[in-house]
Amino acid sequence: MTSELDIFVGNTTLIDEDVYRLWLDGYSVTDAVALRVRSGILEQTGATAAVLQSDTMDHYRTFHMLERLLHAPPKLLHQLIFQIPPSRQALLIERYYAFDEAFVREVLGKKLSKGTKKDLDDISTKTGITLKSCRRQMESCSVAQAGVQWRDLSSLQPPPPGFRDYAAIVFFANNRFETGKKKLQYLSFGDFAFCAELMIQNWTLGAVDSQMDDMDMDLDKEFLQDLKELKVLVADKDLLDLHKSLVCTALRGKLGVFSEMEANFKNLSRGLVNVAAKLTHNKDVRDLFVDLVEKFVEPCRSDHWPLSDVRFFLNQYSASVHSLDGFRHQALWDRYMGTLRGCLLRLYHD
Amino acid sequence: MPGKLKVKIVAGRHLPVMDRASDLTDAFVEVKFGNTTFKTDVYLKSLNPQWNSEWFKFEVDDEDLQDEPLQITVLDHDTYSANDAIGKVYIDIDPLLYSEAATVISGWFPIYDTIHGIRGEINVVVKVDLFNDLNRFRQSSCGVKFFCTTSIPKCYRAVIIHGFVEELVVNEDPEYQWIDRIRTPRASNEARQRLISLMSGELQRKIGLKVLEMRGNAVVGYLQCFDLEGESGLVVRAIGTACTLDKLSSPAAFLPACNSPSKEMKEIPFNEDPNPNTHSSGPSTPLKNQTYSFSPSKSYSRQSSSSDTDLSLTPKTGMGSGSAGKEGGPFKALLRQQTQSALEQREFPFFTLTAFPPGFLVHVGGVVSARSVKLLDRIHNPAFVGIMGNTRSYKLLDWNSFNSGVQDVSFDGKFIFFKRLAVGMLLSDEPETRDAWWAEIRQEIKSHAKALGCHAVVGYSESTSICEEVCILSASGTAAVLNPRFLQDGTVEGCLEQRLEENLPTRCGFCHIPYDELNMPFPAHLTYCYNCRKQKVPDVLFTTIDLPTDATVIGKGCLIQARLCRLKKKAQAEANATAISNLLPFMEYEVHTQLMNKLKLKGMNALFGLRIQITVGENMLMGLASATGVYLAALPTPGGIQIAGKTPNDGSYEQHISHMQKKINDTIAKNKELYEINPPEISEEIIGSPIPEPRQRSRLLRSQSESSDEVTELDLSHGKKDAFVLEIDDTDAMEDVHSLLTDVPPPSGFYSCNTEIMPGINNWTSEIQMFTSVRVIRLSSLNLTNQALNKNFNDLCENLLKSLYFKLRSMIPCCLCHVNFTVSLPEDELIQVTVTAVAITFDKNQALQTTKTPVEKSLQRASTDNEELLQFPLELCSDSLPSHPFPPAKEHLESASSNSGIPAAQRATSVDYSSFADRCSSWIELIKLKAQTIRRGSIKTTMTVEKASPVGDGNFRNRSAPPCANSTVGVVKMTPLSFIPGAKITKYLGIINMFFIRETTSLREEGGVSGFLHAFIAEVFAMVRAHVAALGGNAVVSYIMKQCVFMENPNKNQAQCLINVSGDAVVFVRESDLEVVSSQQPTTNCQSSCTEGEVTT
Repeated sequence: MTSELDIFVGNTTLIDEDVYRLWLDGYSVTDAVALRVRSGILEQTGATAAVLQSDTMDHYRTFHMLERLLHAPPKLLHQLIFQIPPSRQALLIERYYAFDEAFVREVLGKKLSKGTKKDLDDISTKTGITLKSCRRQMESCSVAQAGVQWRDLSSLQPPPPGFRDYAAIVFFANNRFETGKKKLQYLSFGDFAFCAELMIQNWTLGAVDSQMDDMDMDLDKEFLQDLKELKVLVADKDLLDLHKSLVCTALRGKLGVFSEMEANFKNLSRGLVNVAAKLTHNKDVRDLFVDLVEKFVEPCRSDHWPLSDVRFFLNQYSASVHSLDGFRHQALWDRYMGTLRGCLLRLYHD
Repeated sequence: MPGKLKVKIVAGRHLPVMDRASDLTDAFVEVKFGNTTFKTDVYLKSLNPQWNSEWFKFEVDDEDLQDEPLQITVLDHDTYSANDAIGKVYIDIDPLLYSEAATVISGWFPIYDTIHGIRGEINVVVKVDLFNDLNRFRQSSCGVKFFCTTSIPKCYRAVIIHGFVEELVVNEDPEYQWIDRIRTPRASNEARQRLISLMSGELQRKIGLKVLEMRGNAVVGYLQCFDLEGESGLVVRAIGTACTLDKLSSPAAFLPACNSPSKEMKEIPFNEDPNPNTHSSGPSTPLKNQTYSFSPSKSYSRQSSSSDTDLSLTPKTGMGSGSAGKEGGPFKALLRQQTQSALEQREFPFFTLTAFPPGFLVHVGGVVSARSVKLLDRIHNPAFVGIMGNTRSYKLLDWNSFNSGVQDVSFDGKFIFFKRLAVGMLLSDEPETRDAWWAEIRQEIKSHAKALGCHAVVGYSESTSICEEVCILSASGTAAVLNPRFLQDGTVEGCLEQRLEENLPTRCGFCHIPYDELNMPFPAHLTYCYNCRKQKVPDVLFTTIDLPTDATVIGKGCLIQARLCRLKKKAQAEANATAISNLLPFMEYEVHTQLMNKLKLKGMNALFGLRIQITVGENMLMGLASATGVYLAALPTPGGIQIAGKTPNDGSYEQHISHMQKKINDTIAKNKELYEINPPEISEEIIGSPIPEPRQRSRLLRSQSESSDEVTELDLSHGKKDAFVLEIDDTDAMEDVHSLLTDVPPPSGFYSCNTEIMPGINNWTSEIQMFTSVRVIRLSSLNLTNQALNKNFNDLCENLLKSLYFKLRSMIPCCLCHVNFTVSLPEDELIQVTVTAVAITFDKNQALQTTKTPVEKSLQRASTDNEELLQFPLELCSDSLPSHPFPPAKEHLESASSNSGIPAAQRATSVDYSSFADRCSSWIELIKLKAQTIRRGSIKTTMTVEKASPVGDGNFRNRSAPPCANSTVGVVKMTPLSFIPGAKITKYLGIINMFFIRETTSLREEGGVSGFLHAFIAEVFAMVRAHVAALGGNAVVSYIMKQCVFMENPNKNQAQCLINVSGDAVVFVRESDLEVVSSQQPTTNCQSSCTEGEVTT
């Protein structure tokens, strides 16, 4: 006697949260059943393994059918096939679009559409996340990317929690920021997400033009072009000296690493300004984080600057520019340095 | 030109991509009704087109309005090639044809394609302008309301229940037409869907006409089925109960729904009968004759049971047909006047209802059923329409006359007749139609009911099982004696009044035997009713109806199933039919044995909602009987089960036997505890001595060994308790006993039943979950034995139930209600079981109260309800208190004497009167009842008034269902029940009757058979919900999946499935929303509100 067909369809679609989690985590039905057995559900309910198997299969089938709708959340809200209470719908979407940080850290800055099987395989072995789950997360990332539109469509519903994180992912993917280099490995997804948010708020078109969606994923090209003007800060020797003296005067006695700072000032300033100047080229934009770490974080770290000193320095460094009479791009400097200061502080850790 | 249909196509959404190049679709819509088609503009390049069309107007006959569905086709425009169809929507516009229902259909409908399933949605608005047409020769029956619900719908009351209506239409199945060879599967499926839709419409219209002829205005318990007879055609048939319904009061007052009738009762003085020529004039003369009342029916039943040939009487010569009235002697005048009478003149006094207005059901005789095996003949003439001419017929012989070896086949409390097909008595020159086949079966049922001393059959249903060219037609119901007032123009008020006077004190009336105890149609063990102690009751009662709401039940009920398989040789045509008809009696016999055993094992004494399904396959027959077991307080305590060994000298064997005996006893004890069955102990004296009986025994014969002579008749009665004996004479028997014990009770917190409501639970909360579950197993074909087959089947059902319990564990405590199993045998080694049921949560904390009898409850209610009490004389309490458990003297003695006293006196005269009385028996019944009413009239009117309003008001108070989460917009509930717990149905919007075909040629890609069917059923639910929502409803009640035919061909990667569903679209309002008055009584329970809802209807 073999079971050919075994289904259960409720007028209200039954969603078992535990099974949903197992499904999202990419377990096969067999593994999921084994895990459920281990959770002691059989003892609690007095069910048999066969019952559990059938139940799990059923849920998996339902999720499989729902997946098509989950790829476009607004569809899930309007579809008629599955009658699901709103709270459950929210849960389904939220959980579906939840991701493992470990996974996202791996794909950050890569092209989301090109999650080739080999890449996913590598990520899967590296992070210990099942391939299926990797694929789902990859897909939801690309769904998020393609569908900044669906946020508009689903305006009835607030964006699912965790959406800001998707903004970071998509922003990174759009600008192809390099995050995979060895020297960047110490940075977590959270660090990048923080930077992304600052950059989205200040450096994108949406930041200056309220007409534009603030989720605009492209950096403000004009702004990047203008950044070349900052070069004068390091190119003009007088200006550089004046800037250094202003900063040193203000910080004397307040900084534990004053001497190192004084010695390194020109290098650091050159590094920060040159990063700005380089941003005109797409290729260099990609290396933004590598440059920041190389030109600022690493030198400071090698001199053992404490975080508080970095903060003092950066505050003073950006503020002092206002006192430079010959410098005419104050607004531009603030827009650039304000964001960069925040990013650097976040990036500065072991 | 009596109708104008107006359709507007608003928009579409989520359309599929039809143009790969642009990933978009250029969609337009064709709207077709009859032969007229309109088109919208093409909306270019969008998956969410906004057509906003003009109103398309169709001017049509109302006949067409009823028959035709509105057909909406969404297409993708293609400049160079043919336009591609995206999908279709069929809209049944019938609900717009009667005034009280929906006025507009407007909403999003899933666009359905038989190959791809649902592909997006379309927003449509449909309206109908009807011009009144009073032409009495009209062919349409617009305005007749249809209900699937098998009780009087909640916001109506029955003025008259006219009776049985049936109709069938036949057509060629498009799947088997020659053209099918050249058209696409899609075209073929659509032709079929459309044809069935048309035939359903036609059928409904024709039934409507019959109802109008009977002067009714509604059909309740409407059940429509289709038989796919393959090459011999497609039959769509329907049965129902014609009624005249009155909408209950103003819609503004939802509350009066419960108490308005009782108010009316107050207003109407007792003897005022609105229609004088039927009732009020009659009684004076016939009163004397009242004494004859029972004799005729008795003598008849004796006759019928002794001579079997009498059973198949044709309708013309049948006893009790209207023509008989002309020679009616003293009753002549009366009968003349009542030629319009419903019951006697009706060819078939059948009722598809399973729950009744109070007082309607007087006595219940037991289950009657009939089956016959027919051969479907191939149609050679492709042009036939309407009539199946080429079928062969077989004369039915009574089973008992065929095999005297099984004459003892009988069961206490019910009556089964076996039919056997006698091949060779072929009457091929006499063309028979499907109509005739059914007429034959119905006639059979009618005569069985007669033999049980009953003049009507309630809870009646019909079904078929078809395999290749063999078709088993089955009909079953419950023989009953009804209160004739409902069937005439008698008013509800009268009936209610009658009920209150007669039935309230004793809630056991329906258990009392309607047949003559001295000439019982079958051996049964009778005792005096444990409730009133005046009338005789059988020791076990089987019925196909729901538990009457006023019945006193001890403990809770449970689902009881008998499952059986029998192998059968593969054979062709007549040989096959013969083999099947030879097996049938044994199957029925064993199914009933199993039911009886399981019932005893549960410690219960009555079955409700019994449904026996026999399914025929290529190489086997399957029998599945489901019912809800209960312990009726009026019936005697069931005896235990005794095991008797065959070889008494073997020591170890005896030990084994005694071990089993112990196990059985333990199980019974455990079940009694589980279902809280603890009947009060009653001393023997009160019960009185049983009726003279041949012997108190019940012998159980195994069908295989029925010829064995060595079966000894064991007299194992223990005092009054009748022990049930299982003889273990071979290994089969042993297996059977084992299988009895393997049925696992549901996990704690779960109950299940197949009736509307679970006996013993009445505090439903509002959470419901309707579901359909389908399982198909493949049998390993090697050396299949009956035992292995039985075990497989048993496991299949048990596992299915276990799965359900597991799936729904989050709803605990809950009850699976209306559990409906359907078995089919799609292929040689495949068994398919489909279950539809609803899980309803209930409040465990209040469950304890359920053991209280209704009397106690009503008293409690009356007394706790201080406000009300003040308004009524205190006699109420003093009056009704003693009625339980000891009936008040006078009224009961009276009724007792009129019922039981007479027969003895009458026996002498019975011969002379027999033929005459046959015809009149039910009239006498009527008159007798009338007389009783008169005698008690004055007392009772006051009683009614007093009684009625506390019930109504108490009920009103009771209606504080626990507040449930506000139902979000768009949610449509579905339930197989006729009510929604915690809510009040305020409007019936019309019947939903939908038929879908789904086919795939990419089975694997769609997730295999499970994925395919899962998606399809989900889609069917979605389409039902969408139609209900478009009608403005928020629930479907009495939902039923009548057919789920699944065929697969994995080798070709193909599968096909046909599903037919129906139900009533309704609008409900949460009681918490209705409730203004805060509840005084914490004991909120839905059941009571429902039952009382019925009181009012």
